[in-house]
Amino acid sequence: MKITQEEVDYVALLGRLALTPDEKEKYLAQLDDILKYMDMLAEVPTDDVEPMAGPVELYTPLREDEVTPSLPADEALANAPARWGTAFKVPKVIE
Amino acid sequence: MEYEAVIGLEVHAQLLTDSKAFCGCSTRFGAEPNMNTCPVCQGMPGVLPVFNRKALEYTIRMALACHCTINEFSRFARKNYYYPDLPKNYQISQYELPVSEHGWVEIETENVKRRIGITRIHMEEDAGKLIHDETRPVSYVDLNRTGVPLIEIVSEPEIRTPEEAGAYLRVLRSMLVYLGICDGNMEEGSFRCDANVSIRPKGAEALGVKAELKNMNSFRYVQKGLQYEIERQQEVLSAGGTVVQETRLFDPSTGRTASMRSKEQAHDYRYFPDPDLLPLRVEPQLVERIRNELPELPAEKKKRFIEEFGIPAYDAGVLTAAKELAEYFEETVNLFPNPKAVSNWIMTELMRQLKGEEYGIASCLVTPTQLADLLKLIDNGTVSGKIAKTVFEDMCSTGRDASEIIEEKGLVQVSDTEELRGIIRKVLDDNPDEVSKYVGGKKKLMGFFVGQVMKATKGQANPSRVNEILAQELGTRGAP
Repeated sequence: MKITQEEVDYVALLGRLALTPDEKEKYLAQLDDILKYMDMLAEVPTDDVEPMAGPVELYTPLREDEVTPSLPADEALANAPARWGTAFKVPKVIE
Repeated sequence: MEYEAVIGLEVHAQLLTDSKAFCGCSTRFGAEPNMNTCPVCQGMPGVLPVFNRKALEYTIRMALACHCTINEFSRFARKNYYYPDLPKNYQISQYELPVSEHGWVEIETENVKRRIGITRIHMEEDAGKLIHDETRPVSYVDLNRTGVPLIEIVSEPEIRTPEEAGAYLRVLRSMLVYLGICDGNMEEGSFRCDANVSIRPKGAEALGVKAELKNMNSFRYVQKGLQYEIERQQEVLSAGGTVVQETRLFDPSTGRTASMRSKEQAHDYRYFPDPDLLPLRVEPQLVERIRNELPELPAEKKKRFIEEFGIPAYDAGVLTAAKELAEYFEETVNLFPNPKAVSNWIMTELMRQLKGEEYGIASCLVTPTQLADLLKLIDNGTVSGKIAKTVFEDMCSTGRDASEIIEEKGLVQVSDTEELRGIIRKVLDDNPDEVSKYVGGKKKLMGFFVGQVMKATKGQANPSRVNEILAQELGTRGAP
């Protein structure tokens, strides 16, 4: 095993996932497989290769600093389960 | 045991762009909640962020001013955390490959100059604002600030005292304002500071366990917070305890710091390159263009003021701390070419009106032209230096011209010899005892006579004339 039960619990916590014991078993095995694939990739010699995060040699385009219209109030808040004026209303987030 | 503090500061500065970092929403402050939002800054699925060119150029300005290296290739990364002020559940920032690093700024405390290293300056987006209901268990989310471009300036842990921390922050703010890329307003949060502070036995190499301090929204609070935290850690260690690595909030009402004890304490940001944003390339030509366009910075201006105007280093430091104050000084000197007199007046009378806050000049009602006119009136003897101070107070509260106030209140200085001689003779006639004591050798009474003449003229007599004529008149009375 490349991964422990505790690590699965920790990753689930970080991802805000509530997993059942069965799901934890299932994901433990799946994550373990993924890590094994990574080990296989690590066998490829890459000492002479520059690290890259994407397959294309492109750079991010930039936009001019120009203001464009924002959403109207009702659209900005269309998905809000609760609102107060034009603010989103959420359960209190500090003690 | 003697300890020394090790302080590193993280400064966030909001950039003065019109639109946000990754979308075209306005950055304007004070709109109704969520009126400056769109699918990109609300974190809707399927949107693509596109970075603001001006935010990049502003960042490069500050990086060059701080002697940083500009990396030709850098990356945006996702910093993951859950909090309702961040609708995407990640903040776009830079991690492994920041746009600039390895710089320094020079600070001065008690006439000692020292370089503080800058680890890195990188770009990121601001989070939204939460308003917590005081009576009900709800919070209100306003995403207007979400996505406003920020730069984070990270110092090396080379700051040793709260005073140095204050000096460092003042230098950074001053530079940002000179560069025109941030308004530097600490109270409104466009210039913010977090501090990492630890202590270690003096002379030791290894670093102690650090605490992260937050919520210090003025220069004074930063110094107070650091002072308190250093003393707290010293007490903990002296009592045989250990310092815990944690985030602590400064409480301005008590001047203390307290542990946040939040569940969010266990931060694991899981940074990774943002797949929505390709690597950023900064072309060397762009860097050179920005370097050539850099304005005169505070340190250069200070040096020039000392050399060009012959004013003391301390005065030059105060005058150049805020760009507007420096411009005010220069404009006044253009109209009244006596730099020392202008500097003295600004350093004492004007700074008193601004309550010692250089940035207050922005709301000062007296224009450089008006100040120059007042100084001319002192220079040509129309008004005494003493009376001019009260005239200036009036100018500061009303914005009116000096000549208008002087005329209306009848404050013109009395320099006319015959008029003064008449007043002086009357004073001497009214005080025969003092006159005979003076004649008998009690020369200290001169001050008394001057005082009486000033009183009789409501302070408007020309003091040097009064001294001159008094000496003559007393001389004649001394004769047997």
